[in-house]
Amino acid sequence: MFDKISRSLGDLREWADERFPVTAFWQDHLVKYYAPKNLNFWYFFGSLAFLVLVIQLLTGIFLTMNYKPTADTAFASVEYIMRDVNWGWLIRYMHSTGASFFFIVIYLHMFRALLYGSYRKPRELLWVFGMLIFVVLMAEAFMGYLLPWGQMSFWGAQVIISLFGAIPYIGDELALWIRGDFVVADATLNRFFAFHVIAFPLLLIGLVLFHMIALHSVGSNNPDGIEIKKQKDENGVPLDGIPFHPYYTVKDMIGVVVFLIIFSAVIFYAPEMGGWFLERDNFVPADPLKTPEHIAPLWYFTPFYAILRAVPDKFLGVVAMGASMVVLFLLPWLDRSPVRSIRYRGTWFKLALSVFVVSFVGLAYLGTVAATPLATLFSRIFSVLYFAFFLLMPIYSKWDKTKPLPERVTGK
Amino acid sequence: MLDSADIQLDDREAIKRGAKLFVDYCLNCHSASLMRYSRIAQDLDMSSDEVRNQFITTGAKVGESMKVAIDEEDAKRWFGTAVPDLSVIARARGVDWLYTYLRSFYRDESRPWGVNNSVFKDVGMPHVLWELQGLQVPIMESHTDEQGNTSERIRGFKLIEKGTLSASEYDTTMRDLVTFIAYLGEPSKLQRLALGKWVLLFLAGFLVLVILLKKEYWRDIH
Repeated sequence: MFDKISRSLGDLREWADERFPVTAFWQDHLVKYYAPKNLNFWYFFGSLAFLVLVIQLLTGIFLTMNYKPTADTAFASVEYIMRDVNWGWLIRYMHSTGASFFFIVIYLHMFRALLYGSYRKPRELLWVFGMLIFVVLMAEAFMGYLLPWGQMSFWGAQVIISLFGAIPYIGDELALWIRGDFVVADATLNRFFAFHVIAFPLLLIGLVLFHMIALHSVGSNNPDGIEIKKQKDENGVPLDGIPFHPYYTVKDMIGVVVFLIIFSAVIFYAPEMGGWFLERDNFVPADPLKTPEHIAPLWYFTPFYAILRAVPDKFLGVVAMGASMVVLFLLPWLDRSPVRSIRYRGTWFKLALSVFVVSFVGLAYLGTVAATPLATLFSRIFSVLYFAFFLLMPIYSKWDKTKPLPERVTGK
Repeated sequence: MLDSADIQLDDREAIKRGAKLFVDYCLNCHSASLMRYSRIAQDLDMSSDEVRNQFITTGAKVGESMKVAIDEEDAKRWFGTAVPDLSVIARARGVDWLYTYLRSFYRDESRPWGVNNSVFKDVGMPHVLWELQGLQVPIMESHTDEQGNTSERIRGFKLIEKGTLSASEYDTTMRDLVTFIAYLGEPSKLQRLALGKWVLLFLAGFLVLVILLKKEYWRDIH
């Protein structure tokens, strides 16, 4: 009986394989895709980012079924989802919490790349695709935040779009073109909805695909930052490589469940996260005539927002904010160290990375508070340190005294 | 400084008492247009008839939302501003703010309605609960800030005209009202909190399983 079933399943696979590379795909990307055996905790965040993307796409589809993107109905339709749609509150909180968790996961994922030099040759394009994902994700989050049509949605969008107005000559026209009106209004909400639910998700999925293709072509880096493909057995399998499936599928399950525990704790017990994930002012419907006392972007934008505010001139501030993202793209070419991983780097890099982390977190905090003279001073110091980390990297990464690399990966 | 409202969201009797106060005192001018009467019935285990008899004064159907008939232009003429909808006000202001606000009206002859409020200066709303609380006047104190500027500020209140409730009864009553307004802001919160522990419990159990599974698979990796 079972023989028969398994034989006919085998036949079915053969039939399919002649028409579509099912087995080849399965083997190339899972059972014969070899990942280094020493990947640690930091390597969970890639698969987690993918999980959050799926959560956002699925919950987003269900939200779209009841959300109404007009200035008159948007705010009420979100509350309709929260009250009258079965499980609507859960879907909405998954989506709003998912947005913040997306950035937590992505920031940790990017930090992993910094720690272990995962952007270094031959992974430059992998890093560039990742950075493009990050930029598109910021645009996606920004546009999504307008949709609940609360005070912070409205005024946040108003402030950010007005930044385009700082560009000389074309600025005002450009801002007008983006808004589709002289202030953020119904037209803006409608087009942001279109971008948020169609254009940017498509772009994201495409870029994620490119990111994965690049990854599977060059293979994963690892905490030692050495190339496992240099040491292969007689079958051409890396000696320190293990099949992604089942080893990393079962290991990533642990990451997934731990993630879901934290994610659920927030959804069920603190969906507003004390005003960090859902701001209080956003429970007041958008009012173009009433400017809130304190307009701050959501936490994941604040490091870049702090750099913007640190520069006295508005246009140069926009330039600095843009530059703070551009330098991230250039990372693979700024790093001249002979080693990749922090494990074998010298004091200079470790010091520089520590200063960078402090600056980044400092900027993130300063972006949330009012621009007092003291806050501005610190924003300027941290902004300079932020750029120094990148721009001085060609020098200190080259001078740094590195440790000798091992032949094989260390640890499991 | 705000006083702590210290509400118990799972106290259904308090929510019911608060709902009664809400429809009697607030729902003449303020709407809660995102909330249906039937939702109250469902969450507080009341029948449609009970909700209709106790809470509906406008002739609305049980399935309808808590709207009011006040005209926006009239409101602007009477109060100087549109009357805000209170559906999610607890999430915008916070329960402590509401609790303090409702207890901080004081006599101020310079205002159109003869009262002002110490947490919402020059508010357009009259003290609709004065019958219950009575009327109070502020006790001022002078305050010197870091730059050496002296200003007057409100330290507390003194009752000059008694209401039908004592001070502590009024506080308890306002706590009930705030409990209802908090419930109104997020009716699904009760379900959310109740469900959360089961989800976490399931995931914790699942975590043990996936850890064991991973150990089993990784045994042969050295």
